Amino acid sequence: MSPAIAAAAPSAAPNGSPTGNPTGSPSGDPRDRGGPRQPLLIATDLHKHFAVKGGRGKVVRAVDGVSFTVRKGETLGVVGESGCGKSTLARLLLHLIAPDTGELVFDGDTVGAPRGIAVSQLRRQVQMVFQDSYSSLNPRMPVRDSVAFGPFVQGARKPEARDIARRMLGQVGLDADLFGPRYPHELSGGQKQRVNIARALATGPRMVVLDEPVSALDKSVEAQVLNLLLDLKHRFGLTYLFISHDLSVVRYIADRVLVMYLGRVVELGPSESLFRRPLHPYTQALLASRPSMDPARRIEEPPISGDPPNPIDPPSGCRFHTRCPFAEAVCAARDPLLPAAVGADAHAADAHAAACHIQDPASGHSLAAHPQAPEAPPLAAAGTLGHA
Amino acid sequence: MTAVSAPQAMPLQAERSDAQSDAASLPATVVRSYWQSVGYRLRHDPATLVFAAIVLAIVLAAIFAPLIAPYDPLKESIIGRLKPFGWRGHLLGTDDLGRDMLSRLLYGGRVALLMGVVPVLIASAVGGTLGVFGGFVGGWVNTATMRTMDVFYAFPSVLLAVAIAGAMGGGIANGMIALTLVFIPPICRVAETATTQVRSLDFIEAARASGARPLTIIRHHVLGNVLGPVFIYASSLVSVSMLLASGLSFLGLGVRPPTPDWGLMLSTLRQSIWVVPWVCALPGLAIFITSVCFNLVSDGLRAAMDVRM
Repeated sequence: MSPAIAAAAPSAAPNGSPTGNPTGSPSGDPRDRGGPRQPLLIATDLHKHFAVKGGRGKVVRAVDGVSFTVRKGETLGVVGESGCGKSTLARLLLHLIAPDTGELVFDGDTVGAPRGIAVSQLRRQVQMVFQDSYSSLNPRMPVRDSVAFGPFVQGARKPEARDIARRMLGQVGLDADLFGPRYPHELSGGQKQRVNIARALATGPRMVVLDEPVSALDKSVEAQVLNLLLDLKHRFGLTYLFISHDLSVVRYIADRVLVMYLGRVVELGPSESLFRRPLHPYTQALLASRPSMDPARRIEEPPISGDPPNPIDPPSGCRFHTRCPFAEAVCAARDPLLPAAVGADAHAADAHAAACHIQDPASGHSLAAHPQAPEAPPLAAAGTLGHA
Repeated sequence: MTAVSAPQAMPLQAERSDAQSDAASLPATVVRSYWQSVGYRLRHDPATLVFAAIVLAIVLAAIFAPLIAPYDPLKESIIGRLKPFGWRGHLLGTDDLGRDMLSRLLYGGRVALLMGVVPVLIASAVGGTLGVFGGFVGGWVNTATMRTMDVFYAFPSVLLAVAIAGAMGGGIANGMIALTLVFIPPICRVAETATTQVRSLDFIEAARASGARPLTIIRHHVLGNVLGPVFIYASSLVSVSMLLASGLSFLGLGVRPPTPDWGLMLSTLRQSIWVVPWVCALPGLAIFITSVCFNLVSDGLRAAMDVRM
């Protein structure tokens, strides 16, 4: 373990961006094509539907029209309940699952297009860390071989790949001589996740998709791994897409946050602004559902209850209206749109918007006349109306 | 893709020597290579060592039968028929045609081991390959492969072996082909199950994310996890194969007389069980001991090869 990595609890960390310099791209990377203002990744209208077995043509709309950009050097947090399509989204970004429709643009090059970059080229620049640290390492392979596999596949000779693996294990705070020859079952959860991070970084990616990398770890190890991730981000000039259901973790690590609900983006904005003034009722409910450290503010009723509706047959109109305390007729009738400017315009660094009729004065929602969203939802109302 | 002979073909382990020199610089920790640790676990498993020694003795006896056998296994004697143990230098007695039992048992081991090992080896290579590819590709390819295998499951293995060997006519070669066909479906199923389990794990996805092609992933990440179960299952089939081969010979579909074979000997001597019961039991005893020892050795190997123990 590197002594330089402080074991600070995420909740004790200052709000907002701890990384600073969110727009600054790592200088000197020969692969950088578009310069610092060119978003590293632009996802446009990604769709992925899975056929239901024996469902007679029914589909699960796991990701249903998701658009966003990831800027160079930033950490984009993705939050949402289980089953909202976060992990599918992560796999779409690496083309581990091919999207049904939609476009990915990596540093100005369209992925899979004739003039763009091939998927194999994309995978040289984007890597992924999985949630389950055990199943993401080959149980029959010493961990140094797991780390060396990526460089080996991408053309390094075996001794070179071995060298890279040794270096990367050192970078994540593991002694390569001590831990390299071990098998995954001989390591703790935190050590395994460090190996996974080393494995992801061994091929020298520019962007890392982190799919709940710390969810399975206990709190003290979680803090160490988070700090390691921040440290590595600075050292290698990385861009992160950080998926989590833990709002404290996202608040600690992310520069901007994207909130997903049932395969859609419901809110997108800078971390600080989103946590201080959430616009979408779903985000408000998520924030209110965090356990409070203040006994006086503890709540009896959950601010949001029930399971998310079935993504096979999502509700009409706004998908949240079945659980939303502010739902009106218009919410069931029309699908609110996320203002397109936020998704597409990378230069609007602090743009903050939600896909909610309350945010749209033209929608006809009774609360939409007010320019500001309610500061906090009336919790009792949320608790009673929240059934799906 | 040789399935059984290389149970742990792990990649990137060719440079064991430099790994060991790395480890040598750290005297405080004991770092063993994979095969070193397998050897270490085997040395501390006396039961497996004993059974392995018996198997080895049987194999050596079969190989060197011409050198060890005191008599010609085909030499008959009118006066020396069905004699008990120790009769006139015939240590284990003589059979119904006066042939020396010890010599016939030694020679019979050659056929038995051949019929036990060869069909399993071929079936492992064919069935293992089909199962791994079917399981890794998935979809309709896998469904087509496995449903074809299921057709074979409709018949009991003995009946299937008898039917195939009967249809093709007897003889050692046809018996082996029949046994191979009988063993392909179960081995294929084991390989397919293991592959399907491995395929859904994140490390396969991570390997894909690092740009590896399907064949590279199969070679480096799937085989290491699948060959273990296949090897263990296949080694347990060796004794089954020997028994089935004996059964074929017993029914007259395998080895033809006068070639010595344990199953055939058991078949012909059963009429004389009231005359020299212990002599008649010998071929059955040989089959029993060999198959039990093979099973126990494969069990011990499985334990020693499991990195998680």
